[in-house]
Amino acid sequence: MTDIYLGADRASDAEAAAVDEALRERGVDAVVQPETERLVTSGRARRLARRHCLLPALHALQNEAGWISPGGINYVAEVLDVPPAEAFGVATFYDLFRTEPPDHDGDTFHVCVDAACQIAGYDDLAASVRAAGGHVHLGPCLGQCERAPALFVQGAGGRPDHVPADAEPFELPQAGDESLRLLRRIGVADPSSLESYRAHGGYEALRRAGEMGAGAVLEAVAASGLSGRGGAAFPTGVKWRAVAAEGGRPKHVVANCDESEPGTFKDRIVMERDPFAVIEAMSIAGLATGARNGWIYIRGEYPLATARLQGAIDAARAAGLLGEDAAGTGHDFDIAVWRGAGAYICGEETALFNSLEGFRGEPRNKPPFPTTHGLFGEPTAVNNPETLLNVLDIVIEGPDAYRTRGTERSPGTKLLCLSGKVGRPGLYEVPFGTTLGDLLELAGGIAGNGELQAVLMGGAAGSFVGPDSLGLPLTLEDTRAAGTTLGSGVVMAFDTSDDMTGVVVRIAEFFRDESCGQCVPCRVGAVRQHETLVQMQRRGSLSPARRALIGEMAEVMVDASICGLGHTAASAVRSALALGLIREAPSP
Amino acid sequence: MTETTITETAVTLTIDGRPVEVAEGSTIHAACVEAGIETPTLCWAENLTPVNVCRVCVVELEGSRALVPSCSRPATEGMVVQTDTPRVRHSRRMVLEFLGSGVDLSQADDLQRWMKAYGADPDRYGDEDHPVERVEEPVKVQDELYIRDYSKCVLCYKCVEACGDDAQHTFAIAVAGRGFDARISTEFDVALPDSACVYCGNCVGVCPTGALQFKTEYDLREVGEWRPEDQTVTRTVCSYCGVGCNLDLHVQDERIVKVTSPSDHSVTSGHLCIKGRFGWQYVHGE
Ligand SMILES: Cc1cc2nc3c(=O)[nH]c(=O)nc-3n(C[C@H](O)[C@H](O)[C@H](O)COP(=O)(O)O)c2cc1C
Ligand code: SF4
Ligand code: SF4
Ligand code: SF4
Ligand code: FES
Ligand code: FES
Repeated sequence: MTDIYLGADRASDAEAAAVDEALRERGVDAVVQPETERLVTSGRARRLARRHCLLPALHALQNEAGWISPGGINYVAEVLDVPPAEAFGVATFYDLFRTEPPDHDGDTFHVCVDAACQIAGYDDLAASVRAAGGHVHLGPCLGQCERAPALFVQGAGGRPDHVPADAEPFELPQAGDESLRLLRRIGVADPSSLESYRAHGGYEALRRAGEMGAGAVLEAVAASGLSGRGGAAFPTGVKWRAVAAEGGRPKHVVANCDESEPGTFKDRIVMERDPFAVIEAMSIAGLATGARNGWIYIRGEYPLATARLQGAIDAARAAGLLGEDAAGTGHDFDIAVWRGAGAYICGEETALFNSLEGFRGEPRNKPPFPTTHGLFGEPTAVNNPETLLNVLDIVIEGPDAYRTRGTERSPGTKLLCLSGKVGRPGLYEVPFGTTLGDLLELAGGIAGNGELQAVLMGGAAGSFVGPDSLGLPLTLEDTRAAGTTLGSGVVMAFDTSDDMTGVVVRIAEFFRDESCGQCVPCRVGAVRQHETLVQMQRRGSLSPARRALIGEMAEVMVDASICGLGHTAASAVRSALALGLIREAPSP
Repeated sequence: MTETTITETAVTLTIDGRPVEVAEGSTIHAACVEAGIETPTLCWAENLTPVNVCRVCVVELEGSRALVPSCSRPATEGMVVQTDTPRVRHSRRMVLEFLGSGVDLSQADDLQRWMKAYGADPDRYGDEDHPVERVEEPVKVQDELYIRDYSKCVLCYKCVEACGDDAQHTFAIAVAGRGFDARISTEFDVALPDSACVYCGNCVGVCPTGALQFKTEYDLREVGEWRPEDQTVTRTVCSYCGVGCNLDLHVQDERIVKVTSPSDHSVTSGHLCIKGRFGWQYVHGE
């Protein structure tokens, strides 16, 4: 037992009130524990007590004061029993938190500089925001690549965050298409109304799952061949069975709604337009695995999706669909929403756990795996929202009917995020096995100058393919065999006028910025890789020695990094070099 | 009284083609030590919980796509491990090279030795026109007990662990920032005397690079008078209280220049308090 040493700085009344409110919403009293009872649960003690409220508390401080002040940190440290040095270490991990006083008292306008926005001219957007007196912060993909260039406004002085484009009318490119499965309610059911969701078949799957029982649901999910849509394509049935087999400890279901892979926006649209489906599917996951605690970890730049999900949870709880004996299934299950704060790495499942627990979002070494040692060290099933959505159909129509779509080894349909130089950018759903060329046609063909130069598959962590890949069937097995990936469903097209050197250099910069910094291969490797490419861009050529060096750096990042960020940090760069996308002349 | 003997279950694994038997729960690294195979480590220490972040100890494990950190991966029955393949040598060399390219390793003797052994060339990145980014921080001299020179820091997390729940439970320092900008820091980088630090010096005791250094050593190095080869080490028991901590007094020119404790000592595990660590001036009548 240790006491916490606090410096002299004190929070303002407004800061303290903002923190108190954030904690109250999460059922934690903002009281200072008597010194004799105060237990510093830092270091490796991870438990569902107080520290997991650190992220919400820091959000409250940032929103109230426009930064996280020393007095604010001290207040949070005191009421959550977190040493101030650790709270500071957490605050400085995230892009949306500032630990220096702001030089302006307005909101912060985050403008995306990643590939889709790069080729859509983010600099013009930034200039117009500046001209209007807005404070611009250039940063990574905001998950709005279909409407590039993208903007997210972070509120200060208690003003809420917002995305200006959310005010515009929304229509799915495939609206009205009878073959849609995962997207069939979007634009049809009212996302703010439980009644509307129910009128369109909502909560039928949970009712059915309750009748089937956990064992039969696990059986159906395994038989469906469903695999994870968050990027790693792990079989969902195997994961759920492993969690179901754990006993004697609390268990968790986590929806990984961090969606920060550049080029990815599918989860955002699903959460905004069909939020009840996400929480219904989580309830089924809870029932099947025996987990009672549901968590949604959503990236901080998604205010509309956050509000819609929270609204859906509140409505479902009021209707008895969450909470004790949820929906009459005999199983207790509830869901809490936690917001991230600007860190791509927090989408990695173990980094997500650390972040939610109030620690720095640094990935853990695996094994042990989340199914036995996940959130709070307890058995956890973590899934992408798209993965979860599939479960609704699997339960309702059964695995055999589900498998009629897609291919033998990639059953079902896939959500794909089309952006860049396509006629109608947006979210699409097609059966696995559709060719890349057909998909691009569906999205209105190649826009810009009409001549396809390359497609980025799977996002920054994925790889480029050339126009000769239009015949590639989009399945897990075919993309793997072709040395590329579907990853999180990114399909970003570039025409022959796009400066691919600039795009590749930015991808390398993305990894440099987003590395958590924990392990040497990635912390230093991502920097050296970016520096080597900047050199190349300035010189207009890459010497054979430098080209070999890029390969040597890639090898250690793939072989010795802790997590998938390091493992994939060289992937797009290498594919661009192999395809000859990099111009051997100085960039203008 | 009856004697109980605890029988440990043993596991047998194969390292570089040879069978090695270790107690269940031992790491691959411990098995390598058992087999007499020298393995570089940086963030591992026998008195700290493994954080497996530096990746210099990686080995090839049959059935695993990536290399695995030997310092934290438990050895299990039937494992087949290779410690000297081209892949392993490449990763170790690159990790050492990356470190050398970004921080000042001039006082990290072990790392220097390993860099030579693995042929690491940290100067091959960048050139005159394109200097590489390095960790550049002014030396923090904030008191008379120890200094912090983070341009020598390899972010091994050892000091954070020693200050945290592996020893001191003070939590005065943590990692702040992200990526290459990550630094060991107090809250808002306040000076140590204004932080929770109680000056146990345990962080200094575990630092492998000289980033944390006793002021006595720092001052002598500044004037070129630090001569480890001329130092004697005398083991004694701390006289301040009844706990019985072993002290190693490092003496140069008949003056104590630093105090450490053996990391395998049953009482201290290498860790001390401010009195044993820094309260020796009276020996010199000061
Ligand atoms: C750097 C990194 C970022 C990731 N980001 C996400 C993410 O935003 N959303 C997601 O679902 N999975 C993400 N993942 C994958 C998760 O670690 C995990 O595999 C996934 O959430 C599991 O769910 P699934 O099986 O349903 O795909 C990321 C992985 C890495 C290495
Ligand atoms: S690979 Fe990169 S992001 Fe992953 S743990 Fe290592 S430093 Fe962090
Ligand atoms: S001297 Fe002790 S208390 Fe101070 S930072 Fe080092 S380990 Fe922590
Ligand atoms: S200061 Fe020393 S012990 Fe601490 S992380 Fe840096 S190198 Fe490791
Ligand atoms: S929002 Fe700009 S690339 Fe995604
Ligand atoms: S010594 Fe094993 S990872 Fe650092």
